[in-house]
Amino acid sequence: MTSSQHNRWLKKLIIWIPFLIAVLILAIMFSVSVGSADLDLKTIWFILLSKLPIIGDAIEPNWTVNDETIVWNIRMPRIILAVLVGAALAASGVVYQGVLRNPLADPYILGVSSGSALGASLVLLFGIELVILGQWTLPVVAFLMGLITLVIVYFLAKVNGRLQIETLILSGVVVQAFVGATISLILALSEQKMQTIMYWIMGSLVLTDWSYNRVVFPFVIIGILIILFMIRELNMLVLGEEAAQHTGVNVQRVRLILLVVASFVTGAAVSVSGTIGFVGLIVPHIVRLMVGSDHRLIFPISILGGAIFLVGADTIARTILSPRELPIGIITAFLGAPFFGYLLRKRKTGYF
Amino acid sequence: MMLQVESVSKSLNEQLILDQVSFQVKKGSCFGIIGPNGSGKSTLLKNISGYYRPSSGTVRIQGEEIHKIPRKKLAQKVAVLSQEALSPYPVSVFDTVLMGRYPHLKWYQREGKKDFDKVEEILELTELSHLQNHTLDTLSGGERQRVAIAKAMAQEPELLLLDEPTTYLDIGHQISILRLVQTWQNETDLTVIMVLHDLNLASQFCDQLLLLHRGKVVKIGTSKEVIKKDMLEKVYETIPEIIPHPKTDVPQILLGV
Repeated sequence: MTSSQHNRWLKKLIIWIPFLIAVLILAIMFSVSVGSADLDLKTIWFILLSKLPIIGDAIEPNWTVNDETIVWNIRMPRIILAVLVGAALAASGVVYQGVLRNPLADPYILGVSSGSALGASLVLLFGIELVILGQWTLPVVAFLMGLITLVIVYFLAKVNGRLQIETLILSGVVVQAFVGATISLILALSEQKMQTIMYWIMGSLVLTDWSYNRVVFPFVIIGILIILFMIRELNMLVLGEEAAQHTGVNVQRVRLILLVVASFVTGAAVSVSGTIGFVGLIVPHIVRLMVGSDHRLIFPISILGGAIFLVGADTIARTILSPRELPIGIITAFLGAPFFGYLLRKRKTGYF
Repeated sequence: MMLQVESVSKSLNEQLILDQVSFQVKKGSCFGIIGPNGSGKSTLLKNISGYYRPSSGTVRIQGEEIHKIPRKKLAQKVAVLSQEALSPYPVSVFDTVLMGRYPHLKWYQREGKKDFDKVEEILELTELSHLQNHTLDTLSGGERQRVAIAKAMAQEPELLLLDEPTTYLDIGHQISILRLVQTWQNETDLTVIMVLHDLNLASQFCDQLLLLHRGKVVKIGTSKEVIKKDMLEKVYETIPEIIPHPKTDVPQILLGV
């Protein structure tokens, strides 16, 4: 047996990754081409090409400033944010499911999202705008509240200096219930602001400009890189905590790093897009059903899968009832649930 | 001396499980821990493996206190096989055994040819080569236990701890697992400490036995010194018949109802 046969996961990855990148590019190209403004495809492509280095300089602009604004400053930032948020949610979903060894885990299970939602609701209810933060008040407050919630959940779960997975999930549920009640209270008191708050909670990519992307990008990239370096440990954790520890994994530390990094990534995504459901839960499961249980495959494939999924869902959300917009969470659930059900039925053995 | 356990006590939930346990294990020997249910056998093993920290007393491996050794370095010296060592998760046999190489790799290092060769050699030895691309969830309990041993072998430890490695296995698989450990031991001067429920197997496979009762050491010695009627009567509260094994002469137990 040659050593190349021992890298079968790598071979699979070499097939999957370029394929998914191609699909993602196609999805982006399709998404940028549709919308309520009537633009012809050629113009759209030339506008995009003109933004590329070197090639771009050779293109003579023969379109209006208005066209360029629609393509480059309205559609593209939103699509790229869908890529980043989809990748972020799917990536942290993989980590949460693996570390917590729970198929029901999603990026919101430890309360990061409800904390963010509470922060956002408060900002929206009182119309707060902090001078130093300006338009960034909402995302920054949402992000910080998300992390504070995580810290509370974490300390509730810590018993005798050890972190027990079951306790962690339970304290996440408890804190979520409490924070959820607070949000409901705010909703009940808000009346006029109710719809705005509801829309934020359901998740949306409306009103995105490039600055959102610039802020979220480093969180997502750095988070993904850190997790990539711990993929081997994640694979070992899945086989059992005790076994991993006896094979030399510092279980407590690895778990803490992975959960905190995944929460930062989730927090960054939630702060700019609200709590878009289903992506972080379903995408890792779909990938697992397709490629097996090796996180060296699940993780990178889920990242691309999440990006593709959310670009698709957002395209539908903004076009299907055009000019009205549907909350993207509705689309992700409508698309994800049946597909997941189908894969689950097709599969005969357990997989988690 | 491979292992020195000095007056180790352990309380869990304010209940004393281990009470001043002391013993030593020589390099290359096989040491068995026996005792009735709830006597503290598994807790003792978990203190030796570093999974638990003793409430008092010390555990030393080659003279070094176990809690001062970093996890990875400890895993280069000590491998552990628990009762249900591996979850039936859809991971391939090869990849599982390869995980045993983890303690020998730096955090930035990928598994290389040396590791692949080692794993192949072990798969050959454990007669798992034909199953290497199968996933754990498709294997039987006995096969999974063999994979767990192969993974422990890949760690290349000096000390192997086994917690009732034969539970849930039929007699054929019980013997084959213990034979495998024995072969390995003969080839590498490995020290083995195992918790065994089955006194007959313990008597046959171990050089030394430790009889534990309510967290206290009752007796440490060879099987002839420990597997005795009066000793077992007191601890197990049943009256066994003891006869020498017709081939090996070690004491064996017959149960009467």
